[in-house]
Amino acid sequence: MIRTDVAKFIIKRGCSIVFILLGLSVLIFVLARVLPGDPARMAAGWSAPDWVVEEMRKKLGLDKPLHIQYIYWLSNVLKGDFGFSIYTKRSVTYDVLQYLPITLELLIVTEIFSILGGIILGVIAGTFPYKLPDNVVRVVAYIAISMPAFVWAIILQLLFARILPIFPAGGQLSPGVTPPPRITGFTMLDSLISGRIDVFLDALWHTILPALSLSFGSMMQNARILRSGMVDIKGKQYMLLSEALGLPLRLKAFKYQFKPAAIPAITAMAMSIGADMSNAFLVEVVYNWPGFSRYGITAMLNKDLNAIVAVVLVVGIIYAIANFVVDLIVLYLDPRTRYASHTT
Amino acid sequence: MDRPSVRISRWDLWSERLRKWWFRFSRSPLSVAGFIISTTCVMLALLAPLIAPHPEHAGWYINTDEALQPPSLKYPFGTDQYGRCVFSRVLFGMRYSFILVGVVLSIVVPLGTLLGLIAGYFKNTLVDYIIMRIADIFVAVPPLVMALAIAAVLKPSLINSMIAVSLTWWPWYTRLTYSSVSSLKNEYYVIYAELIGERRISILFREILPNCLGPILTKATLDVGWVILVGAALSFVGLGAQPPTPDLGTMVSEGAHLLPHYWWVSIFPAMTITIIILGFNLLGDGIKDIFVEERW
Repeated sequence: MIRTDVAKFIIKRGCSIVFILLGLSVLIFVLARVLPGDPARMAAGWSAPDWVVEEMRKKLGLDKPLHIQYIYWLSNVLKGDFGFSIYTKRSVTYDVLQYLPITLELLIVTEIFSILGGIILGVIAGTFPYKLPDNVVRVVAYIAISMPAFVWAIILQLLFARILPIFPAGGQLSPGVTPPPRITGFTMLDSLISGRIDVFLDALWHTILPALSLSFGSMMQNARILRSGMVDIKGKQYMLLSEALGLPLRLKAFKYQFKPAAIPAITAMAMSIGADMSNAFLVEVVYNWPGFSRYGITAMLNKDLNAIVAVVLVVGIIYAIANFVVDLIVLYLDPRTRYASHTT
Repeated sequence: MDRPSVRISRWDLWSERLRKWWFRFSRSPLSVAGFIISTTCVMLALLAPLIAPHPEHAGWYINTDEALQPPSLKYPFGTDQYGRCVFSRVLFGMRYSFILVGVVLSIVVPLGTLLGLIAGYFKNTLVDYIIMRIADIFVAVPPLVMALAIAAVLKPSLINSMIAVSLTWWPWYTRLTYSSVSSLKNEYYVIYAELIGERRISILFREILPNCLGPILTKATLDVGWVILVGAALSFVGLGAQPPTPDLGTMVSEGAHLLPHYWWVSIFPAMTITIIILGFNLLGDGIKDIFVEERW
């Protein structure tokens, strides 16, 4: 019975993701086309004569009505073609494939930091509620969450790259280090595959500051939610029972206290992944990180419509996948969510 | 209809209510700190022209003789590369941040709440589906990315960043109101109001709306900080208010190029953003405590 429920859930969510992404594509397409500004004029250049602009309009299919344009555009996107970037003069699909792994790598390291740090601090605070460690974590959490990621980025860069030059101030590899041959596009993975440990260490060394500045906010958010879950559960009757039964500490702490407390934190992680993803747009600018988000910002500053639409859609897809995976994990961890679909 | 023998004036009722709220609120010292920080920030922004030592430095003003001076008595936060007083610019920057928040929240809160009320009251009808699916589309991308994209498609300016943030923010209020309304509409007082033939507008606004205001008010308070963050982020990458508008985000990004030596140009605006967000986060959590009654 449970299996079919999970299957039903997956199918339902899959359909709604497809629907939402289609809606999102309509939304950005309409925004990009209807709002003031003439894409044909922009593609042709400001000083181009009118007949060149008209030619360009025909070439880009902009003389057709809006819904026909959308269908053309969508059929191209489904074939994996996001059009041509007027800024980089390359195919947008090529650019996205080039830059996306570099940002994903940064985000993966960020999530590792924020999950590990969140668990450690959350468990410490939750084990000693209303004592010194808990109060310290609470105050630090407020400050860490309130400080925007780009401010963290600037401060960490100032302290640990400029004043104390322990870490590099920007970029992904030191100048002079040849990047590993492109296999997956993930620099660290590629350098490991091709056996270049020095390049791997160099890339890791460059990743630490941007990843830390991205992760502080979500780390403390995770810690806070985990902490309040652990405190709530400590007061539950079954914790008293497990104490009375003399269950081993391992079982008591992990199975009965930590696991249920982790569920709300994991649910909230979907949101924090979204926050980290959007903060990457700012942190990559500060650290001159050659990734997808900085590409997005460059496209936005240059009004490169095809690239902007692609960037937003790709972010939407990653966000939807992240949400979906988080929901699946919660479904696996929390039996109540599986039975809920039975009763309603 | 019999009236109560002891008349309770409206003033007594509200002062009693306010006293109860303040009691719940002030139990946490962090909430009180948040209240102090946020009111101080608002007052500083309101009185900026009076407090700022050099109000003329808020716009185009160049005095290269006094460029990049460290903090001193004359310039509490130092001067930037054009010789403008950073302290005065921070005060005026806070002003613009609060203008942004004021405009965005006064568009987004009523609009989002209204849509959520309608969708929640007419649950499982076409209206509900249309409103909530459109809201789903707007939240399919994290708000900052959406705001960046919309601001980029429009022309970067303060007004357009208000439009961009408003467009990305309304669905959160719609969703919040929707979830409260879908449970409130099954309460007896709503069903009875329907039975005695109260008008729909009156049911929506007089029976249901006052009961979902708590979470909305809490969220609006927390959002003051987050909207300032998104506004600063937009101008930080150059898609928000354009110079010479003294904007906190622009000041941080301009100062970032001067960093190790002339740290005061960007660190003071950055700290101001942080303190505003911190103040409103603490205040919002305190207001949450007022409305969560079961907690004690």
